[in-house]
Amino acid sequence: MIIKKASDIRSSEITPQSVYLRRREFIQASAAALVSAGLGTAADVALAQGRGAKLPGVVSSPFSTTEEPNLYEHVTGYNNFYEFGTGKGDPAANSGNFKARPWKLRIDGHVSKPADYDIDDFIAPYTLEERIYRMRCVEAWSMVIPWVGIPMAEVIKRVEPTSRAKFVKMTTLVDRNMFPEQRRNTLDWPYVEGLRLDEAQNPLTILAVGLYGEELPAQNGAPIRLVVPWKYGFKGVKSIVRIEFVEDQPLNTWQQMAAHEYGFYANVNPNVDHPRWSQARERRLPAFGNNRATQMFNGYTEQVAHMYEGMDLRRNY
Amino acid sequence: MKPITLIKLATFVAACLPAAALVHGFSTNDLTANPGDYITDQTGTWTLAFLTITLCVTPVRRLTGWNQIVRLRRMLGLFAFFYATLHMLTWVVFINVFDVSSMIDDVAMRPFITVGMTVFLILFVLALTSNRFAVRRLGRRWQKLHRLVYVAAIGGVIHFWWLVKADTTEPIRWAAAVGVLLGLRAWWAAKPRLSSQS
Repeated sequence: MIIKKASDIRSSEITPQSVYLRRREFIQASAAALVSAGLGTAADVALAQGRGAKLPGVVSSPFSTTEEPNLYEHVTGYNNFYEFGTGKGDPAANSGNFKARPWKLRIDGHVSKPADYDIDDFIAPYTLEERIYRMRCVEAWSMVIPWVGIPMAEVIKRVEPTSRAKFVKMTTLVDRNMFPEQRRNTLDWPYVEGLRLDEAQNPLTILAVGLYGEELPAQNGAPIRLVVPWKYGFKGVKSIVRIEFVEDQPLNTWQQMAAHEYGFYANVNPNVDHPRWSQARERRLPAFGNNRATQMFNGYTEQVAHMYEGMDLRRNY
Repeated sequence: MKPITLIKLATFVAACLPAAALVHGFSTNDLTANPGDYITDQTGTWTLAFLTITLCVTPVRRLTGWNQIVRLRRMLGLFAFFYATLHMLTWVVFINVFDVSSMIDDVAMRPFITVGMTVFLILFVLALTSNRFAVRRLGRRWQKLHRLVYVAAIGGVIHFWWLVKADTTEPIRWAAAVGVLLGLRAWWAAKPRLSSQS
């Protein structure tokens, strides 16, 4: 195999950018046409936007919304992922050192089959599903994101929790080289999140490994992250290294930071305001005037409301 | 043209640049995925910046002896008011979509907005009384009134501090800047003889 150094490539071999851009426009236009004709998936559009690493064998899901997903560059360019910095552009800008492979995932606690997995071995047995979900941030903005993931209920079935397992605690990697902000004490690292066991088993709950039909980019929580669309975005713990089945309710990071503002449940609820801002409405990105009423449980009442019957959601915010 | 006129003109152009950048970003659709919040953040930051720059005028004058810098002060203060107005309007348009009851809720129930609105009202009054007529009319009371800019600067920093979720780096920097500028004044006020020699 001949490996050319950069200087060996003559400029005449490089496709002029104008031609390259036209090629993209052409593919994008044809993919968009396919999608609008009902023949393509969001993955086709993603591919047409000039990116590779498509995930194989992704099936669609009845849980997906028919709403238009946000643009790839918005989903991957406007993120809260404090491990890379607190600005919305920081995760995309500061994730240069991040490597999603090799990656170890530990599943332990009260399960009959605890194990340490290599991430690819962990994902391999499952059918990947595309789940186009609304994502409502606690900061009162929202997006529509075409995730690709594994239903968490299937993972839970496989690892066989014992009767003592009441909650699932999930933890983000600690690595000061890959996550530059972890050199500062912005949060008390590692980032921890948790769900009640029945919430984790809800059919809407997925462990996402992809976006727009492709492997998850670093800034969105590669290689594996939680997605719970009826809860505020901060519940979606990213770059998970450990899933632990525990008896007691875990103390999640934001509750630990400011318990009067962020609770354990964090269900999207237009009737319970954040102490510092209203949660009644949200800004659907990216439009200027696209300000809409926030829906109870982010519009997933039918699938999740039964889990909270009899609970005071004002107290359990 | 006199040098100070030229400096005034250059300052005016420079002070317009942040707003021009937003207009340019808007027209090229380059204001992040969340343009409303981005404009809110930017105009808020520039309000604090112009308040801080305005507070620099007196210390610079005392330390350098360049008295003519005072002639920039009104314009700098008016730019703080200009960016504060844009900032307040983003809250009216993008956050509350002109819903009066939701704005009243915001001001009444959310301390950081209560403080922010107070700062805006102070800047509004100071802008209204920034003309020569008001200076003449108010006489000695004018200076007292315009010392409210200290309150506005402190309020601006508190407003920012109370709205961030976890990362207080930026509010701390503004607090330090405003703290030094007000600290200098307090020090000079406490030691009038020392400073009169400079």
